[in-house]
Amino acid sequence: MILYELIEFDLLRVIWWALLGVLLIGFALTDGFDMGVGALLPFVARTDVERRVVINTVGPVWEGNQVWFILGGGAIFAAWPPLYAVSFSGFYLAMFVILSALIVRPVAFKYRSKRDSTTWRSTWDWALFAGGAVPALLFGVAVGNVLLGVPFHLTESLMPMYDGHFAMKFLGLLRPFALLAGVVSFAMLLMHGAAWLSLKAEGAVADRARRIGTTAGMVAVAGYALAGLWLAVGVDGFALVNEPVANGPSNPLYSEVTHGGSWLSAYAERPWIAIAPIMGFLGMLLAMRGLRAGREVSTLLWSKMGILGVISSVGLTMFPFILPSTVDPDSSLTVWDASSSHQTLFIMLVVTVIFMPLILMYTAWVYKVLWGKVTEADVTENADSVY
Amino acid sequence: MEIGLVELSRLQFALTAMYHFLFVPLTLGLSVIVAIMETVYVMTNRPIWRQMTKFWGTLFGINFVLGVATGITMEFQFGMNWSYYSHYVGDIFGAPLAIEGLMAFFLEATFVGLFFFGWDKLSKVAHMVVAWLVAIGSNFSALWILIANGWMQNPVGAEFNPDTMRMEMTSFFDVLFNEVAQAKFVHTVSAGYVTAAIFVLGVSALYLLQGRHKDLARRSIAVASSFGLAAALSVVVLGDESGYSASHTQRMKLAAMEAMWETHDAPAPFTVIGFPDREARETHYAVEIPWAMGLIGTRSLTEEIPGINELEAESAEMIRDGIIAYDALMTIREQRDATPQEVRDTFEAHSDNLGYALLLMRYVEDPRDATDEQIAMAAEDTIPGVAPLFWAFRIMVGLGFSFIAVMAFFFVRASFYRMQFPRWSLYAAVAIIPTPWIAAELGWFVAEFGRQPWTVDGVLPTALSASHLSVAELLITLAGFITFYTILFIVEMGLMVKYIRKGPFQDVAETEAWQARHEHRLRTHDGQGPFANPAE
Repeated sequence: MILYELIEFDLLRVIWWALLGVLLIGFALTDGFDMGVGALLPFVARTDVERRVVINTVGPVWEGNQVWFILGGGAIFAAWPPLYAVSFSGFYLAMFVILSALIVRPVAFKYRSKRDSTTWRSTWDWALFAGGAVPALLFGVAVGNVLLGVPFHLTESLMPMYDGHFAMKFLGLLRPFALLAGVVSFAMLLMHGAAWLSLKAEGAVADRARRIGTTAGMVAVAGYALAGLWLAVGVDGFALVNEPVANGPSNPLYSEVTHGGSWLSAYAERPWIAIAPIMGFLGMLLAMRGLRAGREVSTLLWSKMGILGVISSVGLTMFPFILPSTVDPDSSLTVWDASSSHQTLFIMLVVTVIFMPLILMYTAWVYKVLWGKVTEADVTENADSVY
Repeated sequence: MEIGLVELSRLQFALTAMYHFLFVPLTLGLSVIVAIMETVYVMTNRPIWRQMTKFWGTLFGINFVLGVATGITMEFQFGMNWSYYSHYVGDIFGAPLAIEGLMAFFLEATFVGLFFFGWDKLSKVAHMVVAWLVAIGSNFSALWILIANGWMQNPVGAEFNPDTMRMEMTSFFDVLFNEVAQAKFVHTVSAGYVTAAIFVLGVSALYLLQGRHKDLARRSIAVASSFGLAAALSVVVLGDESGYSASHTQRMKLAAMEAMWETHDAPAPFTVIGFPDREARETHYAVEIPWAMGLIGTRSLTEEIPGINELEAESAEMIRDGIIAYDALMTIREQRDATPQEVRDTFEAHSDNLGYALLLMRYVEDPRDATDEQIAMAAEDTIPGVAPLFWAFRIMVGLGFSFIAVMAFFFVRASFYRMQFPRWSLYAAVAIIPTPWIAAELGWFVAEFGRQPWTVDGVLPTALSASHLSVAELLITLAGFITFYTILFIVEMGLMVKYIRKGPFQDVAETEAWQARHEHRLRTHDGQGPFANPAE
């Protein structure tokens, strides 16, 4: 089959790099508000009925939203196998913590209101809180670590290896810059969850959500600005020594990498990428203003734009790096040397081009069917069938 | 690599995979049964069918969510615990997993919410379509997962690329239409249908024994037994198809399952029962059916099926051949683009057996330094555990045939005996509820344990596939999974029991109104009065 040569290998790699971004952003935009709502749950809702209202604003959609995450994992596996291999095993215990949160969350949604006991329900409420807050925080920590570089190297047979004690492998992730990134991501998703609740809930719940969301937005904006400054003065970037062979085989060891200089030099080389952080700031600020003013649909859209800007700013700043290595910079994974084969990337692209529009269409239809606020009456009248 | 690490990684994968598969088969089958019930509702408009849809739908939901939750573990575990595997075959294996997300899981997960929350928001027909989309999504999901798994059993459409040190896809169509994957898909999905049918049958039988919800129970048995009979037949027939494809794709697994130590003159006999003895390389007290194995395995009277001893000798040859490929690969790795063409040609000629050379790495750092003794040890490693496979396979097949009998009995009673079921048969139906799960887990055991010592048959040894983690990390996550999964299992069973005890929500007013509207038709039907009796 020569069909795949219709699209050049290097172009396909860039497309798949962008699609990886699309999936991660899709995840943050949809499942992001589920996680934010989960993290807000104990604070915006006091009574059982209020809590059920909050849970039911995301009840019918969280399952589909979570698929963005699962598909993200699958797409990394299919399109960037070395990234999948190195990051998932390198962040081993952190991944396990995230997994636990993601296992508990679906069960909590489904089982919480299936028994009347108060202990039963409040236990699951805390599970929902952890299921939202923990991943929201840890995803940010992970992104911070990717910017800092991770201590791994590849053997000649491309087997990923990690240096140091296993406990350090986990605790070592909690570096100050990475924690800051975690705070940004947590605050941002809290704001996003608040924007969702302001649209889907009413009364006291929505008011509390708006208040907390505004504060969270401020933290996110300040943290994001601080992280930018930190990148400028306190974090070393990575750079390729030679012109990359963009069409070459996917072997990270074939290229030479230096650790030093600044990530932000990317903004001198490609000034247009400044649009990403601008969108990030603008989106978050406008979402905050919307939350204060009680605007609903536009607030959610601004919040989405903010998240889009923040996440894409990380990817664009690092390009072509995907996962740099601190202990052996030459092992670093880049867009040019960590992808699947030409043919696999092409086939996956064809499948994506066919199915992604369909997914967007039916997801939009489902949201349309479910349009409108969830009220306390909805919950009390359908007490047996809703969450 | 420490062996303890590999063993722990295997244990963790086996536990989490088998746990995941407690929920998957019921999801596969119950989604279809629920969609069938809702279709009957849309066609007949009888409220009882909507009550059935909702009741079985609730049980489906309790089960479905754990399938989803534990499925996340599966997708992440390859990267977490099997990072060299992920690097080595991700180019092929990752694609079906990603396509599963795009084509199937998005569909089922997006619409499952609407199924539970959309009753008042959608028209009847639209809601039925949603139910079918959930069922189709679930079943497509299984298709892609089994294409991925089928490739591990029979790695077609791929070759090793020495520049990237991994397997790369050469033909997507070969991967897609892999005969092993196709047979496995229908076999597995049918097994899911049987599981759900037995579940519905058992719960309904319980209701009949308790004398409540009789109209729901009888109708459910009618659906479950007809659907289940077709599925039970299909499981066995497609299981046979799997056996046939194993006879030429995974000969060692087949020989081990059947405990065939020596190559027998065609057509070989089938050992019904016996005691395989690995030390002595024979099966004690074997009861054999002449010709049967040859007919099932090769569908001919003249083709031989190689025995374990012969295949072991073949493995030793392949290991030696693989060492030539390994040697060439080392040259390519050092000299990269400057490698002489003849070295690359040598590699091409022997690369099919590269995986066999990698088996030696358990015993020696560099396969080229292997002694004859080490080669013999590696060749013996290619024989999986014969006795466990032999027994697991026989129990699975025995259960498979008994499901046909059960389903046929209830189908006949439901169709021709006016739904009169003897009480002993109802007790039996309740008692056998766990058996399809046992059969399904044994099936996976045969498939995966029988593939050892490989993760990808003939390509990558299990011992090399694992991540370089510390034993402590493995122990932490293993303990975490066991604790977590045990709690979730207890919680899930508790809810299932609660909702089965509670029974369906019967809208008496609606049912009465419907009966009043249709009274003339119901009375003329057989004079005995309709099943749907709201006063029950």
